[in-house]
Amino acid sequence: MNGALPGRISYAECSARERIARLFDAGSFREWLPPAMRVMSPHLAQLGVPAAFDDGVAIGEARLADRRVFVGAQEGEFMGGGVGEVHGAKLVGLFKRALRDRPDAVLLLAESGGVRLHEANAGLIAVSEVMRALLDTRAADIPVIVLIGGANGCFGGMGIVARCADQLVISDIGRLAMSGPEVIEASHGVEEFDSRDRALVWRTTGGKHRFLVGDCDQLVEDDVQAFRDAAVRALDASRPLTLQSLQDEHAVLTQRLRAGEGAEDAIDLWEGLGIAHARAVPHMNAEQVRTLRQESVA
Amino acid sequence: MSMAAGLETLHYNFTGTQAVGAFAPVLVGVVGSGNLEVLLEPSPGPACRFEVQTSARGFGNIWEAVLRDFHSRHPLAGVVVAIHDMGATPAVVSLRLAQAAAALP
Repeated sequence: MNGALPGRISYAECSARERIARLFDAGSFREWLPPAMRVMSPHLAQLGVPAAFDDGVAIGEARLADRRVFVGAQEGEFMGGGVGEVHGAKLVGLFKRALRDRPDAVLLLAESGGVRLHEANAGLIAVSEVMRALLDTRAADIPVIVLIGGANGCFGGMGIVARCADQLVISDIGRLAMSGPEVIEASHGVEEFDSRDRALVWRTTGGKHRFLVGDCDQLVEDDVQAFRDAAVRALDASRPLTLQSLQDEHAVLTQRLRAGEGAEDAIDLWEGLGIAHARAVPHMNAEQVRTLRQESVA
Repeated sequence: MSMAAGLETLHYNFTGTQAVGAFAPVLVGVVGSGNLEVLLEPSPGPACRFEVQTSARGFGNIWEAVLRDFHSRHPLAGVVVAIHDMGATPAVVSLRLAQAAAALP
């Protein structure tokens, strides 16, 4: 299967709860609103869809390299990780509790297609509340770290939430974007974007692309231990949310827009950004792409 | 709800001989297409109670057979088994139940 190299445990193939169990210090996770409390979606049963005991997200506190952190992990197998009313409220509560209790960081193990369409308005409001709570947390100097490596990627409103964080870690098979491939094809036609062309989808939304253009801070292989190591490194790499940092971000985006003028494909954009050997990127492993970005920036 | 799209809720009760005693709730599986989640919790009395919520209606007989088969192999007592199902096959249901039972103390 995807990236399951010898001696490695695929992050993508783990459930949200397995990721928590393997990523944080052994046995350190204490869950809030656990499944037995049955804090579930009030909407799904009316539509003939079974609810999940945890509404598709586990929240709580844990230790990472002996540091106290708060954790939220979305389960991509339940409704594609879609954010419903309760799911969103649990994430908001996680950030609000962080504001009160001041852990060393909040880690979000994101895997989501965005708003859960069954709960459309409630889900949309929930996602916007998550963004606000996340930014409040950062404004209080508590770093927020997002990890992306699930098979469902991180799309829609959760894609925006992810980009609100201090630090992003993504695997080469992770994906981060606003509209998903099928959505783009449905609205703009197959000529614009062929959602069944997997190479195209990953060149446009995948981890290597997000890392090369600077949307993500660390690129790792699909390996739980690699994600853990990256999360530990991210603990002390917080970026204060200031006017200056926002202006810097805008400058980067302006530069990217210019570099991508006339680009037909992500490869053209990489070339425009001065990435050497851009055509070879799809065949490189995470380490080679990391080296490439370092050399291109230098 | 009489609509075909609605959920079906099923209840089964068996008397067990293997008293489990107190334990922290056990959750295995995920509610996804062809999959299910199983939550085991302690409950007073000698019964093993099953509460099934499923999106696939009209399979009560098969559920009873699968749960009876599980209970004959694991005659648990003092347990309530809550299931959220999204059209899992009997084999998958049996595997999830065995996985949950294996996580008991």
